[in-house]
Amino acid sequence: MQTVEVIPSATSKPIDDQPHSLWRDTLRRLLHNRSAQAGLVILSLLLLVAIFAPVIATHDPIDYRDPNNVTRMPPCIHLLGCPSDRPEHLFGLDSNGRDLFSRVVYASQVSLFIGVSTVTFAIVFGTLIGALSGYAGGWFDNIMMRLMDVLLAFPSLLLAIALVAVSRPIIIAGGLSPLFPALFAIGFVSIPVYARIVRASVLSIKEQDFVAADRALGVSPIRLLFHRILPNALTPLIVQGTLGIATAILDAAALGFLGLGQQPPFPEWGSMLGTERNSVFNAPHLLIFPGIAIMITVLSFNLLGDGLRDALDPRLYR
Amino acid sequence: MGQFLLRRFLLIVIVLIGIIFVTFVLARAIPGDPCTAMLGEHATKVVCDAFKERYGLNDNVLVQFTRYAGQLASGDLGTSIKYGRPIGDILLERLPMTLELSIGAMLFAIFIGIPLGIVSAVRHNSPIDSATMVGANIGVSMPVFWLGLLLAGFFGVALKGTALQLPTGSRLTAGLTIPPLVETWNLQNVQGLGKTIVTFFSNMVTLNALVTGNWKVLGDAIKHLILPSVALGTIPLAIIARITRSSLLDVMGLDYIRTARAKGLVERVVIFKHAMRNAMLPLVTIIGLQFGGLLGGAVLTESVFGLPGVGKFLVDSIFAYDYPVVQGFTLIIAVIFVVVNLVVDISYAYLDPRVRLQ
Repeated sequence: MQTVEVIPSATSKPIDDQPHSLWRDTLRRLLHNRSAQAGLVILSLLLLVAIFAPVIATHDPIDYRDPNNVTRMPPCIHLLGCPSDRPEHLFGLDSNGRDLFSRVVYASQVSLFIGVSTVTFAIVFGTLIGALSGYAGGWFDNIMMRLMDVLLAFPSLLLAIALVAVSRPIIIAGGLSPLFPALFAIGFVSIPVYARIVRASVLSIKEQDFVAADRALGVSPIRLLFHRILPNALTPLIVQGTLGIATAILDAAALGFLGLGQQPPFPEWGSMLGTERNSVFNAPHLLIFPGIAIMITVLSFNLLGDGLRDALDPRLYR
Repeated sequence: MGQFLLRRFLLIVIVLIGIIFVTFVLARAIPGDPCTAMLGEHATKVVCDAFKERYGLNDNVLVQFTRYAGQLASGDLGTSIKYGRPIGDILLERLPMTLELSIGAMLFAIFIGIPLGIVSAVRHNSPIDSATMVGANIGVSMPVFWLGLLLAGFFGVALKGTALQLPTGSRLTAGLTIPPLVETWNLQNVQGLGKTIVTFFSNMVTLNALVTGNWKVLGDAIKHLILPSVALGTIPLAIIARITRSSLLDVMGLDYIRTARAKGLVERVVIFKHAMRNAMLPLVTIIGLQFGGLLGGAVLTESVFGLPGVGKFLVDSIFAYDYPVVQGFTLIIAVIFVVVNLVVDISYAYLDPRVRLQ
């Protein structure tokens, strides 16, 4: 006996009536996750600090010098009993008589920029490589993945240091900021991680019927990439990307500390620590505040990343 | 198992060739003229040509690469342009220090991290658990060099004069030395690989002092290693504590644990004999991966504490355009990293037969 299948026509009510329910669900889980809550709150505060840095900073971060040539003064806050005849500096003065609080506040812009831009760079290139490899397969896939293996065989910070050494003179000669070699290096060394994620996701859905159907219908590979493959890879990419921002900020601070990142007088937490490293013995406040700033920023991305992983991974809700 | 090993080894060979190529290209790509960097801005063209001829820098890049690969095959890592010494010798002096530091950091991370993770898992959702997890989150978010500086400030300066004061720089207290094992054991006649191995272990000051019973030097060397190891080991500690906790929690939910409890076993036996054995699997991987990652962090730690290891030397060589050193050091570090990962993979396959079948 022949059965007649009812195929919903294009004009009938769309099946995915609640296309957002998955995301709404995820968002709800995310907002109920303690670690994500903490991460989001800290991150929002940091964003506000970065955006409103000109309002929050009490002095100019670069040009201000203490008029009396006082340097390395510990914090002086009038409310906390610092004599009112002394000038107020919330985090004290650095070795050049600059206001440390204003510098720490302004540096938040740099660090957030480093984190987001390097990870974006790595995700874009990683996605391209991973998608092409997984899609093409064969020798191309083999070569690309062995290349990624080789890159992963180096400790990432060491490779980044070597890349900065190579790219720095070229980039600076091109008139760009000394921050760019560090950005490039940090972004470059994290490409393999994203390439692997996207490739795995391509491989897992490449042979599935709905993709085969798409191909049979002549859907272009680019449309396949954006409409079929990327949505599948989105969850691990978001989680890894958030955690990757934390790593990128730490690596950038390390490069700055070694003198390979942003240069003084421009405020950047890592280079502030690098230039004041000898003050640990007589003016520890110069090390404590920028370090805490790095720690809080990295912590917020780590917490958010952990929260996202828990919220986005349905297997945890057995 | 045989097939698994074969496949892994083949992959390693390909990756190793890739690593050699990448280090070669990276070292060549460092801009700046090695001649003027080495001989000064005013080196004449004739002098420079002779210099380049001597180090083969005039040849075609492909020729240079084949020559380099050939040298490596015969165990020659090249010669430092700046110091005129074989790179193998420099590594023999400096790698043991970095290895000691990494082992110290790893011991700190394992011996504190695993117990913390177990306690957190056993007392799930207790204040101890929460405190450990908050601490772990903070631990992975701290820059290594910052923690190092703070430790140096606290234990070197704030506690100066107390019993808790710890040294913050160099390998041994000034004036203290230890004779090489070759001399102590009268091994001057030993040559080749044997000599290399003895020298290597001899340069691990703690090991040398331990086998020769030089307790004074041993104590001093360990004291000098404490702060750098704590600084370097904090991130692995946090990660190990987290993994121990989560993997133990996973295992504790399984049926065989319920069975073990049901047959009346003491909780201690259930945890250590039954649960931990399976929970160790992911831990082995993580410990191996962390050990490789330590080599990167060691650069920063050595820089903060002024320790004469490979990391600091490598960074200095980059600034000095000393190609062969950059090449040789990066190569060796990457090779160690790959070998550690291979050992991890194999032990994993040994511990968990399912992995071999994949």
